[in-house]
Amino acid sequence: MTKPTPHSLGHLALNRRSLMKTAAAASAVGAVGLRAPFVHAQQRSLKVGTYGGYFEESFTKHIFPEFTKATGIKVDSVAEPTGEAWLVQLQTAARAGQAPADVSMMAQVAMIRGTTGELWQPLDMQKMPNAQKTIADYLNKYPDGRIAGVPAVTWYITLVTNTDVYKQEPQSWAALWDKANTKKLGLLALASNSFLLEIASETFFGGQDVLKDEAGIAKVLEKIAELKPNVALWYRDEGQFQQALQSGEIPMGQYYHDVTGLAAGEGFPVRSTFPKEGGVVDRGSWAVVKSSTRIEEAHVFIDYMSQPAAQGVLARKVGTAPTLPRQLLDLSDKEFAAVSSEKKPIIPNYQLYTTRGDWVADKWTAMITG
Amino acid sequence: MTTTREPQPTMTSAAAVLPPDAAGDGPRGLRQHLPVLYPAAMLLVFFVVPFGIMLAFSFFHRVQGGFYEPAFELDNYARFLTPLFVSALGFSILLCGLAATVCVALALPFTWLLGRSSVRVQTAWLVFILSVLSLSEVIVGFSWSVLLSRSAGVSNLLVALGLAAEPAAWSPSFPALLMGLCYVSLPYAVLVLYPSVVRLPSEITEAARTLGASPVRTFLTVVVPSLRRAVVATLILVFVFTLGSYLLPQLLGQPQHWTLSVLITDQAVYQSNVPFAAAIAVFLMLVSLGLIGITLLLSERGRA
Repeated sequence: MTKPTPHSLGHLALNRRSLMKTAAAASAVGAVGLRAPFVHAQQRSLKVGTYGGYFEESFTKHIFPEFTKATGIKVDSVAEPTGEAWLVQLQTAARAGQAPADVSMMAQVAMIRGTTGELWQPLDMQKMPNAQKTIADYLNKYPDGRIAGVPAVTWYITLVTNTDVYKQEPQSWAALWDKANTKKLGLLALASNSFLLEIASETFFGGQDVLKDEAGIAKVLEKIAELKPNVALWYRDEGQFQQALQSGEIPMGQYYHDVTGLAAGEGFPVRSTFPKEGGVVDRGSWAVVKSSTRIEEAHVFIDYMSQPAAQGVLARKVGTAPTLPRQLLDLSDKEFAAVSSEKKPIIPNYQLYTTRGDWVADKWTAMITG
Repeated sequence: MTTTREPQPTMTSAAAVLPPDAAGDGPRGLRQHLPVLYPAAMLLVFFVVPFGIMLAFSFFHRVQGGFYEPAFELDNYARFLTPLFVSALGFSILLCGLAATVCVALALPFTWLLGRSSVRVQTAWLVFILSVLSLSEVIVGFSWSVLLSRSAGVSNLLVALGLAAEPAAWSPSFPALLMGLCYVSLPYAVLVLYPSVVRLPSEITEAARTLGASPVRTFLTVVVPSLRRAVVATLILVFVFTLGSYLLPQLLGQPQHWTLSVLITDQAVYQSNVPFAAAIAVFLMLVSLGLIGITLLLSERGRA
């Protein structure tokens, strides 16, 4: 039995994508099923991995019971650690022929790494009519066109401010570079989770074309180096920044739109802004590890999750942005605005963090530690 | 001063466990060797084998945008020898050396005073120190970052007392990080020094006092040199312990204060580059072993 082990510091902080629920895997033993002779049909089951903490709790509460009711497939929920720790665990387990989870929600860089290593079972879109309607840009494919992953949820990273400190709502990402904001910012610490290269390109270089070659990337990094005096905290852990934002200790920065909205709803003086250049849209994808033997159940699950109704539940109860075009959904304007925006988003250039990953990571670390 | 009068520090000498009369005739036969075989096997299974795996990984080939392939190449070591990582190594060694020095400088007088107080006071302090050990690094790091913050930190107290004009953010910063590292390692330092301190014969200090030395002078010129071995062992322990810390530099330090351990985490967890992470770890370990060797050598020579 596999239990996600803590690798990143994130898992202990009180926040949603990071918090680990170590108990989650405990039910996996039960999933094997009783082999008593009177059981006429062995209950079908599926191990589903979602980010530990808020996500895993929400899915266990709002999604999995309904899914089991609709399909008869029992779900064993597995809490994944954040970062790429889960990818490493899946890969190690797959080499040993094991599957800690059949279906996992994967971040994009991890998704691409898994694709390079042929870690995911190709999915058959013919078996998933609902999944065919998801936004096409969000599908993950192998180079030969086979489907490696289907979008599970999307979320936005936006410009956030403490409303006590900033009465006026900033309108552009350029506010991060404003000299008036010295020592005021909290930004994500890595190139591959802050997406500041993309943000700076869209804000100051007229789009992401500049990121095509190393000379261009170096230019954008120089631009990002200019905002260093403004940064009070480069955070890897969300809990660290959210608390500082709410208290006004660090009154501006980049953060998750949905969590900021929830905090505002609880009365904290925070706001989330989609700047004129757009919020950054990041996403998680459903992928089936190659060592899983429950590919049929996995297809049923992924298709179920792609239905407009399921995406509506996710938007209302979990706070994620839908993977389907807006017109297919039954969300009200207010419900939609709480999780998403119709402004054109900044889509991350994930190739930067895979094919050029080591070079970008070293340049980035040198830039922020220098 | 002759060496035989010095109390043996508990950490360094396994012989101290054996009764003194057993030293002459060594263990014979498998049965008598069993007590040694068990720790040897544990060492093999839990240290030598994992280290061997890590060493092997450090020569593997990194597949950019993928995983890794078994290979034997020196690319990972070559990449380490670039200014970015070498300067991080230099900073880590300086930081942890400083943390060890500060920590022992605080722990030694404290333990000395503790050793001279009543048994009840000693027990109370030791229980308190042990309970501090139960706090995880995450809790310690978060607590200090709140205590040193502008909005809720101690600087507000100074403002209330009229000692400062306005509250200030003291974290993240180098002093905050140094303090955090000393805070988590102080209990270990006290616990390692304690046995040697209480075993120090009281005649030594009494003699010094009789000859007219002040308490401070007695401490500095008699107690500290007598405890030299324990002090060196504690310095090494704190140095190695803090060298492995990767949470506190992230919680209490600026990016320029990220130690090599933070960069190892980044490579292993965020970049999925296990071979490179292994290479950095091997390098870090060799360098710290080298430094420990030099320290031991110098302290032995100093005694001659």
